[in-house]
Amino acid sequence: MYVAVKGGERAIDNAHRLLAEKRRGNRSLADITPEQISEQLALGVDRVMSEGSLYDRGLAALAIKQARGDMIEAVFLVRASRTTLARFGYSVAIDTGAMEISRRISATFKDLPGGQVLGPTFDYTHRLLDCGLETDSSPEPAAMAPVSDEATPHVLGLLDKQGLIEPASSGGAQAESEPGDMTRDPLSFPVDRDVRLQMLARGDEGFLLALGYSTQRGYARNHPFAGEIRVGMVEVCFVPEELGFAVCIGDIEITECEMVNQFKGSKSAPPQFTRGYGISFGHCERKAMSMAQVDRALRAGELDEDRTAPAQDEEFVLSHCDNVQATGFVEHLKLPHYVDFQSELELVRRMRREQGADRQEAAE
Amino acid sequence: MSIEPAGCRDSGYNFAYLNEQTKKMIRRALLKAVAIPGYQVPFASREMPMPYGWGTGGVQVTASILTPEDVLKVIDQGADDTTNAVSIRKFFRRTAGVATTEATAQATVIQTRHRIPERALGPDQILVYQVPIPEPLRFLEPRETETRKMHAFEDYGLMHVKLYEDISQHGHIATTYAYPVKVEGRYVMDPSPTPKFDNPKMDNCAALQLFGAGREKRIYALPPFTSVVSLDFEDHPFQVQAWEHPCELCGARDSYLDEVIIDDKGGRMFVCSDTDYCASRRMAASEAAE
Repeated sequence: MYVAVKGGERAIDNAHRLLAEKRRGNRSLADITPEQISEQLALGVDRVMSEGSLYDRGLAALAIKQARGDMIEAVFLVRASRTTLARFGYSVAIDTGAMEISRRISATFKDLPGGQVLGPTFDYTHRLLDCGLETDSSPEPAAMAPVSDEATPHVLGLLDKQGLIEPASSGGAQAESEPGDMTRDPLSFPVDRDVRLQMLARGDEGFLLALGYSTQRGYARNHPFAGEIRVGMVEVCFVPEELGFAVCIGDIEITECEMVNQFKGSKSAPPQFTRGYGISFGHCERKAMSMAQVDRALRAGELDEDRTAPAQDEEFVLSHCDNVQATGFVEHLKLPHYVDFQSELELVRRMRREQGADRQEAAE
Repeated sequence: MSIEPAGCRDSGYNFAYLNEQTKKMIRRALLKAVAIPGYQVPFASREMPMPYGWGTGGVQVTASILTPEDVLKVIDQGADDTTNAVSIRKFFRRTAGVATTEATAQATVIQTRHRIPERALGPDQILVYQVPIPEPLRFLEPRETETRKMHAFEDYGLMHVKLYEDISQHGHIATTYAYPVKVEGRYVMDPSPTPKFDNPKMDNCAALQLFGAGREKRIYALPPFTSVVSLDFEDHPFQVQAWEHPCELCGARDSYLDEVIIDDKGGRMFVCSDTDYCASRRMAASEAAE
């Protein structure tokens, strides 16, 4: 008999109660706290803050718990919360040159002012499952170098001094004006590098990783070198209108990647290296590196390169890099579509009927 | 049919979730959209607490126009009780505390996905559409930079060629929903994925019609009594779907029907997709019988 979808409301409520129960899992185990997530699943929290474009460890950790570890769902929760926040203004641009470094490596120079600092990294670990972590782990305290007051200038700045690399620029007509704001102004193609970088910074790590990877395999090859990757704390300062001078309001952890890429030079420019830039909240090295590769690829137009590959296609990359948008639209296919499907059914049946009639006529 | 009266709202959020800055920005876009019927106005769409593609555009438009005195109706596929309609109605009950109803006649704001109510709308009503892909030319030309130019130059040849090719290959225009329309003789517009059955209701409609596409960051509108013409050819005039049977619940012959499979032996029945229309017809019939 005809079963109407009445009772949708009760079904939804029950489904959400079941979700809450599944989230809690086996009640004989301790409930995980956002603090534990923030401390022990810190890189996940960093990713959610980056792609959620909100620097708040507590909220990101809570979102991960609420999302049962589904990172894109957690990013989505953070973004929706971000919408409700009032906008006070823009901070002063952070100075990553003044970063309190916890990791800093360069693949282009063996040694350099400020030195190479490995910091906490998976690099060079052997990926062997560590059964010791199954039970309480209390690792030996790590040896710490004394905090150095030696300046740590940007590697690309050192190249710039010798004129070997192009100067950093937003690559647009209004290169020197205020940067745009992709969260306040709807996107209108073509966009300048400032807005592109904003979109890539909150873009999906997996999507950017695949695109960056594609540039290394010949789809818009541009010979990247990891000029520098640095991770550490930077100060955020804000100029309240009524004061007129900058006040520092806190420190945030940032990962910055500057890629050095080849460039043959053109009629107007001598051969010199070019830049690709990546940045993220927290420690998201893979994301920052991929972002830098894609940024460089997207500069094809500006550098008079042929646009042949997906990673160079601004509309393609920017329209599809946001995982909250992507997951929403892909998953909306779960919603009922029976009205539209009914109209397709009706047409297909009618066309089949007519075709059957045609065949009969031809046979007669 | 009754109205669920206005209740208390969650004071943790601004009225209807969005902050006033955001509403102002959306209202500006709405005013522009009303001034240029059928033109897609870009707006700085926000992330909402429901996913993109699940009605965030419609929800932002509704949130921006809602007043505490409004009576809200939300439908999906024509029905008030489909899961997403329930979810959106609950969202506004929680964040705006407004009165809600399932009765088309009693609502002042109706948010819809994929249908236009069968009952004609009045001048004191606003219909808000959820739009997934606002660009009618998108599947002919994926680039926004190109389609924007095509609209600017009123260059709609590609669309006519597509419709012509449908006829030459299938004998029919093979578009059954999201069937393109021309607004006031100027912009070709996507009516959202409503079945083409609903297209005639858009024409010269007494209610204000607002379209929100959240993920694609576009708003467009049809002011009351706007001319909306479905694209066609002289020798292949636009036609709407027709059913051989009336609705098996209320007997209506003038409504859009959903097909429901009732067993695994090919049994099926056809019922009104507009649940309020169907229920009020049945109620009227049983009252007449008494």
